[in-house]
Amino acid sequence: MTDQTASQPSSKHGSLLAVDARTKKRNAAETRFKAYGIGALLIGLFFLVTLLTAIVSNGSTAFSQTYISLDVTLNAEKLDPNGTGDRDEIAKVTTLGYTQIIAEAVANTMAANEIESPLPAGALPLMVSASAAAQIRDTVLADPSLVGQTVTFNVLASSRVDGYLKGRVTRESLARDRNLGPPHLDIVDQMLDAGVVEKRWNLAFITGADASESRPEQAGIGVSMLGSFFMMLVVLFLSLPIGVAASIYLEEFAPQNKFTDFIEVNISNLAAVPSIVFGILGLAIFIQIMHLPQSAPLVGGLVLTLMTLPTIIISTRASLKSVPPSIRDAALGVGASKMQSVFHHVLPLAMPGILTGTIIGLAQALGETAPLLLIGMVGFIASNYPDGLASGFLDPNSAMPAQIYEWAKRADPAYYERAWGGIIVLLVFLMTMNIIAILLRRRFERRW
Amino acid sequence: MNDMRQIERAVDMKQTKITARGVQVYYGDNHAIKDVSVEIADKTVTAFIGPSGCGKSTFLRCLNRMNDTISICRVEGDILIDNEDIYDPRVDPVQLRAKVGMVFQKPNPFPKSIYDNVAYGPKIHGLARNKAELDEIVEKALRRGAIWDEVKDRLNAPGTGLSGGQQQRLCIARAVATEPEVLLMDEPCSALDPIATAQVEELIDELRQSYSVVIVTHSMQQAARVSQKTAFFHLGNLVEYGETGEIFTNPEDPRTESYITGRIG
Repeated sequence: MTDQTASQPSSKHGSLLAVDARTKKRNAAETRFKAYGIGALLIGLFFLVTLLTAIVSNGSTAFSQTYISLDVTLNAEKLDPNGTGDRDEIAKVTTLGYTQIIAEAVANTMAANEIESPLPAGALPLMVSASAAAQIRDTVLADPSLVGQTVTFNVLASSRVDGYLKGRVTRESLARDRNLGPPHLDIVDQMLDAGVVEKRWNLAFITGADASESRPEQAGIGVSMLGSFFMMLVVLFLSLPIGVAASIYLEEFAPQNKFTDFIEVNISNLAAVPSIVFGILGLAIFIQIMHLPQSAPLVGGLVLTLMTLPTIIISTRASLKSVPPSIRDAALGVGASKMQSVFHHVLPLAMPGILTGTIIGLAQALGETAPLLLIGMVGFIASNYPDGLASGFLDPNSAMPAQIYEWAKRADPAYYERAWGGIIVLLVFLMTMNIIAILLRRRFERRW
Repeated sequence: MNDMRQIERAVDMKQTKITARGVQVYYGDNHAIKDVSVEIADKTVTAFIGPSGCGKSTFLRCLNRMNDTISICRVEGDILIDNEDIYDPRVDPVQLRAKVGMVFQKPNPFPKSIYDNVAYGPKIHGLARNKAELDEIVEKALRRGAIWDEVKDRLNAPGTGLSGGQQQRLCIARAVATEPEVLLMDEPCSALDPIATAQVEELIDELRQSYSVVIVTHSMQQAARVSQKTAFFHLGNLVEYGETGEIFTNPEDPRTESYITGRIG
């Protein structure tokens, strides 16, 4: 009986309890579409996870570094042969003069920990970074009274030793290495047991300067971070006021005619122009015509301003447009002038959108590399921090993404982890900026 | 109709506040207002009625030059307020709008506090010398807007948090705070429920004591309730203008009659 009621349609539409063929087909299509969507999402998610895993696993090692603790006897005969104790006299000994002292220090440290090696004493300093000599010399020059004493120094191990501790360097890979051989690694193993060699958190990677090709253990991203910072200051202080002023004029005041249409189309087009074009424009105008210094964050900032302006103008205009016209009417209705209605009412309401757009534009500029290559913002800055704010804008510098590019180009595999580490630092900055943008939007979003 | 109302509406010859002569309005090629001439009296409520798109709102917006904000809009003819041509090149529309206040169809309080909403106009026109004076102006305006009792304890609460009817009365208070002489209202009750509408209508009747009120409305009942004079617009023409009682009981033009009886519109 129940079967019969189901199969016998009571109206021309048929029973609602039975799904007809057409509906089945539509439902199947919907299910398929959902599956495609989930599939696309999963693929995207897979690549994101792969990317992040790769970045973290390759780059996290850059944040730790191997140090060797050496008891260095600051031999007075070598450093201050005349026994004057005078700083200028000691300064005459170059870093080369410290090589012997370091070799002795390594030998002494080994002897103190009863480590024996078939290697000649001259081959021992190869385990220590080339930066150690400068480090010891700087300490001595800062306090000449140390000459003649034995002082414990924590010096960087060479990048090979560091790589050995991080698993990058093995005895096999060193077979044809001119610098370090398997016997060195035997010493490192014993030093590790004795606690002389130690892997530690490496702040110098975040605050330090770039280093030469032969001493990757010393290289840091700090100075190029400053370069990026100065560029971002230029971009912020130029593109925000110019961009907002231009958008307000175009959106609220400009007459609707062919000329403004032309400008609007061009702003949209500019946003899609490849960044390297802005780089070549900056090279031609700022460096070749205006003769601004090469590699300076000022010029980098100017070029990135050109690049960021369309983004800021477009997002600012969108947020101005989203303010309901009734607010403008209300202001005009009580006798506010056009400018008062914009600055007292429209602009405050559009502000969260404008700030979000600006921060996203800045984040884009922060990660931009191509235009910087063209204006030479890939300076090799091995030591000097800018002296002050003024020189920070004009001194040659690099930028974070350019620095990462530089490191990725270098031959020494030790630079590989540093490039990835640099990417982590850059990503942390970008994420911070994006989070600030989101928070601002949440905080100031108003409904009407 | 109520006899009491009829008496109240009796014509006492009031001074003319606004004179429009041969007003033409074009939106680009579209001829929106065709040769409208009208005299609007002081201390009177004048209602503009007519079907949608007949140009009544457009004409209203000519009276405080809100149409200036629409770039393709062009106004011809003369509109005089107190015998001064408001389209004279010497007239600054900002000054004009301080004299001719406006209340819009949708309540549009600023997303600021109730106090700031009302104080904004007096502030930009320099009507108050100090905080105490400003407080006084705000209180007076809110009382005029018949909303003081409801908001006096929460002047710092956002104006957008009020109900629709309260928001509209706040907007009226905001409009009267600048001490205008003419108050234009563009369908002020179209977004309100019947109770709020009744409150606003009562308010309009009170405002008549001090202002020349011009109200655009879709509701003929509303026009009959609040206005003393009524103008009927149709397809951009001013078809008939006269005493409200006269228009609703004894219209001269057949189009007015058709509209009032519900045959066009």
